[in-house]
Amino acid sequence: MKRRDFIHLAGMGSGAMALPFSAFAHEVEIGQLLTPLLDTSQKKQLADIALNTAKSLGASYTDVRIGRYLNQFVTTREKKVQGVTNTESFGVGIRVIANGTWGFAASNSVTPDGIKKTTERAVAIAKANSKFQREPVKLAGTPSYGEVSWKTPIVKNGFEVPVKEKIELLLNANAKAMENGASFVNSLIFLVNEQKYFASSEGSYIDQDVHRTWPNFQVNVVDRQSGQFKTRSAFSAPVGMGYEYLDGKAGDKIKAPGDIILYNKSYDIVEDAAMAAQQAKQFIAGKSVEPGKYDLVLEPSHLWLTIHESVGHPTELDRVLGYEANYAGTSFLTMDKWQSKNFKFGSDIVNFVADKTQPGSLGSVGYDDEGVKCKSWELIKDGVLVNYQAIRDQIGMLGQKESHGCCYSQSWSDVQFQRMANVSLQAGKKSLTPEQLISNVEKGIYIVKDGSFSIDQQRYNFQFGGVLFFEIKNGKIAGMLKDVAYQANTQEFWNSCTEICDERDYRLSGAFNDGKGQPSQSNAVSHGSATARFNGVNVINTGRTIL
Amino acid sequence: MAILSKEEAKKILDKVIGFSKADGVEANLNGNDGGNIRYARNSVSTAGEDSNVSLSVQTYFGKKSGTATINEFDDASLEKVVRRAEELAKLAPENPEFLEPLPQQTYGAESKTFIESTAKITPDYRAQAAADSIIPATKKDITAAGFLEDNRGFSALSNSKGLFAYNKSTGVDFTVTMRTNDGTGSGWVARNFNDISKLNTTEASQIAMEKALQSRNAKAIEPGKYTVILEPNAAADLLGLMIGGMNARQADEGRSYLSKKGGGTKLGEKIVDERVNIYTDPWNEEVPVGNWASGGMSRKKMDLIKNGTVENLIYDRYWASQKNAEPTAFPGNRIMEGGNASVEDMIKDTKKGVLVTRFWYIRAVDPQTLLYTGLTRDGTFYIENGKIKHPIKNFRFNESPIIMLNNLETLGKQMRVASGGGPGGGGSSLIPAMKIRDFTFSSLSDAV
Repeated sequence: MKRRDFIHLAGMGSGAMALPFSAFAHEVEIGQLLTPLLDTSQKKQLADIALNTAKSLGASYTDVRIGRYLNQFVTTREKKVQGVTNTESFGVGIRVIANGTWGFAASNSVTPDGIKKTTERAVAIAKANSKFQREPVKLAGTPSYGEVSWKTPIVKNGFEVPVKEKIELLLNANAKAMENGASFVNSLIFLVNEQKYFASSEGSYIDQDVHRTWPNFQVNVVDRQSGQFKTRSAFSAPVGMGYEYLDGKAGDKIKAPGDIILYNKSYDIVEDAAMAAQQAKQFIAGKSVEPGKYDLVLEPSHLWLTIHESVGHPTELDRVLGYEANYAGTSFLTMDKWQSKNFKFGSDIVNFVADKTQPGSLGSVGYDDEGVKCKSWELIKDGVLVNYQAIRDQIGMLGQKESHGCCYSQSWSDVQFQRMANVSLQAGKKSLTPEQLISNVEKGIYIVKDGSFSIDQQRYNFQFGGVLFFEIKNGKIAGMLKDVAYQANTQEFWNSCTEICDERDYRLSGAFNDGKGQPSQSNAVSHGSATARFNGVNVINTGRTIL
Repeated sequence: MAILSKEEAKKILDKVIGFSKADGVEANLNGNDGGNIRYARNSVSTAGEDSNVSLSVQTYFGKKSGTATINEFDDASLEKVVRRAEELAKLAPENPEFLEPLPQQTYGAESKTFIESTAKITPDYRAQAAADSIIPATKKDITAAGFLEDNRGFSALSNSKGLFAYNKSTGVDFTVTMRTNDGTGSGWVARNFNDISKLNTTEASQIAMEKALQSRNAKAIEPGKYTVILEPNAAADLLGLMIGGMNARQADEGRSYLSKKGGGTKLGEKIVDERVNIYTDPWNEEVPVGNWASGGMSRKKMDLIKNGTVENLIYDRYWASQKNAEPTAFPGNRIMEGGNASVEDMIKDTKKGVLVTRFWYIRAVDPQTLLYTGLTRDGTFYIENGKIKHPIKNFRFNESPIIMLNNLETLGKQMRVASGGGPGGGGSSLIPAMKIRDFTFSSLSDAV
């Protein structure tokens, strides 16, 4: 992701939380956020200007996205409110095919004249580029949906919750962290609302209202005497839900191995902040890991990121084909492996599904950003690669007729392209709890929550850290470890998966800021799994000494 | 509309300041026109342009402040945005760290950040840049993928204490990856300038093709500690992470690699080899940046690391007021002094080593020791007895830039590189190639 797309919170500690932020977003007051700018009939009229202009200039296809992107950040540290920021970004992005070539232009001038000029620029760009076009764009068909709408099924609109209430919640969480021994704590609530109107020359007019919510904190414990500091981040997940995620219902709390509490469909930030401080202190006093082979037991708030990097990205068809070669990279899951119908990506119990409809997930929408109705589909079945993730201009290369519906743009000002759906490991079919799983592990490490991550450009070699690491000795948790990271090859790793807990342990986690593309764009995506076991994985010790 | 002159910007901002009834007001006016082209599979994939201007107004009453924004510039709209910001300020909680805006500052000479020819890049120019990669690649059984992004923009700032500042800038960023069609070789080149006349897309594409051809059929060698020659782009990635962490407050609070065991910071202490000199200079001809930063703070030439010693930390205005220190604008560019050796000279002087074109997917492992992990990519070669012997498979590294700069062998020639995010992004750096001993590669990757 571009540096200009981030705001770094002032004064935050190392490993500071960074917020994805549209290049053109600007701050507005809350009253303005809650007032619609245009109704759907006005948007349709404006969109039709683009569709008609492009057609008259010779475009064979046009889509128009009139977007209003709202964000709210409430940020605090210890007893202080650092900022309450409301931003709005409003504009139009117009994409055309002319002479078999894509052209795109965007503007914040959402007026009949502004839209006409922007359309003309998009067509001119397409024509300029068509001189060097070798493969004319071919779009897979999609039904014309007429005038339709979709909304994230939220219970409580976070933007309507008074800022005072959010500040009190965060300051309460901070106070609990400090009472329990934190040296510093930064916390935030981050809300997103995408109001997207899509119209295409194929007759779809789609109005969508998408909500996401992310409470987060970082608790630091500093031991000045030894010169050590450790960070424990929140056990929350960014979610495709409203403010109800912060209800912290008792039924959504999970007592997990290592005497820790994890969260499912709602989150108790105050309770978690208190635990965070206690655990960060234990972490500092933890034993430095002995490098070597271990059986890893990876819990869903950790495993999502390993899934994201090693399964989500290599199954993106645009990467496989080379469209991302200059930036994010290509993929080891080449077409011949898929065509063979027997490429063993993982062990027999490994099943991955891509999904754009799962309730509560970040990727869930009714229609994607090129007007395709969303669905779910299999990627890995019984360990074998069976499909990719693809959109309208590439799905034909797989011999498939319908787009998977995973096209997305982060803003009106950026062109839409293939983005990752929610990619999730299906829960095990046999009855199994994390405690039962751990009881069979002789020498292992139980890893909780995502930490450091890195993977190569074809997604073979990866290294992951975590937030909490518990040593497993003869089926029992035997204290906390530190300086832990594991390295593996994707195919070897997923083939070493020997046990997956059942549906009761299945949870979602994810990220607001999956980066891809040039100019780089953010995508919000969730990944589900139950706790899973991987045998004989290489663990390194990351402890170092500097002057 | 997107690029306003100094006079046009001042006229709008003067009106904004005049409308305010708050204790004080600060207004920022920014505009940007950008264009890009992206190609892959030897064909243009996407291309576009975007344009935007926006005004942000922050007003305050005591330590309560509010901000509102608008992108219409008639008098009624300007007054409306000021009133909105005032309403928000009255409703806001007090921020104990809020500081009133700065009075008029004295800035150094204007920096040459705007180049007319860069501002005039057209869709046809961008299409030709793509062709400069695609046409020769096609002839050599190579597939080109690349990206060219250009922008022109301005920033203006004014406040009720009488401060006014203005700057306009241009930039262009070009990267190209060439992959051999047998899938075994890959080469990459990056170029970053504010003056388009310095960009030669044909020459850059040629270098990437040569790297791709030379890197075919790489051999695996054992991971371990190696002498490495880092090309400037590879070195810049790790150095940028080190320099970006030179925040005084984090160091004082004990949560930085610059915090000292037992308390205090490493300011004034030698942390790397004494040949390491890193500074920022807004007027450097290769990497010019605006002479003022956020809030109108004046940018100055400033040493960060001098003869291996931490010379300055970055103090924001609040933290400087708490620590009785001089506030420092965040560096707009980063310059590391180099030497005269070319990469070829350094190869000749190396008995056994690894040449690294670039690193990829660098992520923090331990902020306390500044340990990072990542991988080599797009051209990694084994050196033996002063010559490139053969291409090698990519490595994963686990290394700290602090340890790396303590293991410095030779500094090479400097090159301008993007600090991240393209022409409108994180600015630019002037970084030398460097030879480092005992660089830690911890595993092999099959990725090409």
